[in-house]
Amino acid sequence: MNDPFDIIVIGAGPAGISAALEADHHGATVCLLDEQASAGGQIYRNVSQSTSARTKVLGPDYLEGGKMVRDLEQSGVVHRTGVTVWKVGQDGSVAYSKEETAAQIKGRHIIIANGATERPTPLPGWTKAGAMTVGAAQILMKSAGIVPTDAVLIGSGPLLYLVAQQLVSAGAPPKAVIETQTKKDLLGATRHLVPALKGWKQLAKGLQLIAAIRMAGVPRFTAATNIAIHGEDKVDRVSFDANGKSHSIQTTSALLHQGVVPNTQITRSIGLKHVYNAQQHCFHPVTDAFGQSSNSVFSIAGDGAGIGGAKVAALSGKISALNAVCQIGIIPRGICETRAAPLLKKRSSELAIRPFLDAAYPPPTDVLRPADDTIICRCEEVTAGDIRRFASLGCKGPNQAKSFGRPGMGPCQGRYCGLTVTQILAHETNQSHDAVGAYRIRAPLKPITLKELASLETPKEPETAT
Amino acid sequence: MFKLMEGEDVQDSVTFLFENQPVSATPGMSVAAALLAADVSIFRQTPVSQSARGPFCMMGACYDCLVFVDGMNVQACMTKVRDGMKVSRVPIINKDIET
Repeated sequence: MNDPFDIIVIGAGPAGISAALEADHHGATVCLLDEQASAGGQIYRNVSQSTSARTKVLGPDYLEGGKMVRDLEQSGVVHRTGVTVWKVGQDGSVAYSKEETAAQIKGRHIIIANGATERPTPLPGWTKAGAMTVGAAQILMKSAGIVPTDAVLIGSGPLLYLVAQQLVSAGAPPKAVIETQTKKDLLGATRHLVPALKGWKQLAKGLQLIAAIRMAGVPRFTAATNIAIHGEDKVDRVSFDANGKSHSIQTTSALLHQGVVPNTQITRSIGLKHVYNAQQHCFHPVTDAFGQSSNSVFSIAGDGAGIGGAKVAALSGKISALNAVCQIGIIPRGICETRAAPLLKKRSSELAIRPFLDAAYPPPTDVLRPADDTIICRCEEVTAGDIRRFASLGCKGPNQAKSFGRPGMGPCQGRYCGLTVTQILAHETNQSHDAVGAYRIRAPLKPITLKELASLETPKEPETAT
Repeated sequence: MFKLMEGEDVQDSVTFLFENQPVSATPGMSVAAALLAADVSIFRQTPVSQSARGPFCMMGACYDCLVFVDGMNVQACMTKVRDGMKVSRVPIINKDIET
């Protein structure tokens, strides 16, 4: 292992880039590890290579990421791209692979900025070819300039509107937007409306998106239930109930979205403390205002610590970096706190809209705890009914569920079923989500080959007396 | 079905093989995007029930877009196209095993 870096940042989205830049600004040696070929994360994916057509469709919010990426290129940050992190040790060691060769580095402080994944959206037919997440469709726009010709968007939340509008402006208006939130959800959310007015710009943007979708003549259905995706192998139609009627729409692209949830694979694997967030219906690692986790070597910045969006993530990145450079003795605590104060204030006003959004666009119960015959573990094809059956046989938690029927043991390692398994078991066994807990996550965090493992330089064994 | 977004023009291209058929793609595209653009929606069959799957998350998390590239199981969404690359569906190895 080479000399340790002061700071290792994992993930080059808005949180990771800001954290790396801030730490670099204070003179720390920084290594930024990212799985993608270029910086930006999913939100600013491929922004440095965007074409004029894509830029026009994706809008000014996307372009904002471009400046961040250029600043990163000009900085002293060691930015390693195309890198898959597969082990993070409690001592601050990070093992990763790039092009089938593994390496291990060490940091005095690690900032985990691995962002979010889309909430699992189990519903009948969601595994068929042609069903993908709304985020996936947006990644295809950002990274390849391609769009689905006959998309039907299903679910709820701001990203649904954004992508619907982007598809309209890309010349591929969706055939329908099928939304699950109800009038009751919206009414319930109004109690959060006054604080949310601080975020009036975001609210206004949302209303503009909805207006653009309406102007384009894209049908919108709300309070939709009984949603199912049909087709032999490939998707050919979506059915649902709304306005007291049953509907069926032909499509080859069913795009699903129910908000995003923190990606906790790394934070779980190092045994950090996590807690269930009832408003956002997901787990997140426990952090203080600076993003410091339950182990002082690790901070978490951005959506990986709790969903806040890109602007909040960029602010959190800076705040975590200030704390990290202070902790390793580069700046005194006083300076850290003075510099962080305005950032913390700004972040709290950026977060003002969240309780309103969380309440207005909640994941429906049948997505959190689907009907018995719905597959919840895509890899091992385990259904919700299987999990309920395991519970009736005495299964108390997700780790036990693995030995009952393999949920979470396929290649995605529980990323797309973990939350659902917890939700179902909590309900069936009448325990809290925290008591039920989540899958135990172990290295390697992503499948690696033996060749990669073997390429890792072996530390010299200390000489032992014979 | 996927198409290029309005105003997106393709200058140069690379050609790779999918199931021995040539597919052309824009340099920098992922194998997953290139196959979707070429109207391939079924990427693999699951080992459990041989049901058809295609890309789901496009960000390296779900492993539903697994394909064979030069004899290795890789995520099509995390692999960039290269000229002359040989891509195929992952063979199902346990199809005939009685359980």
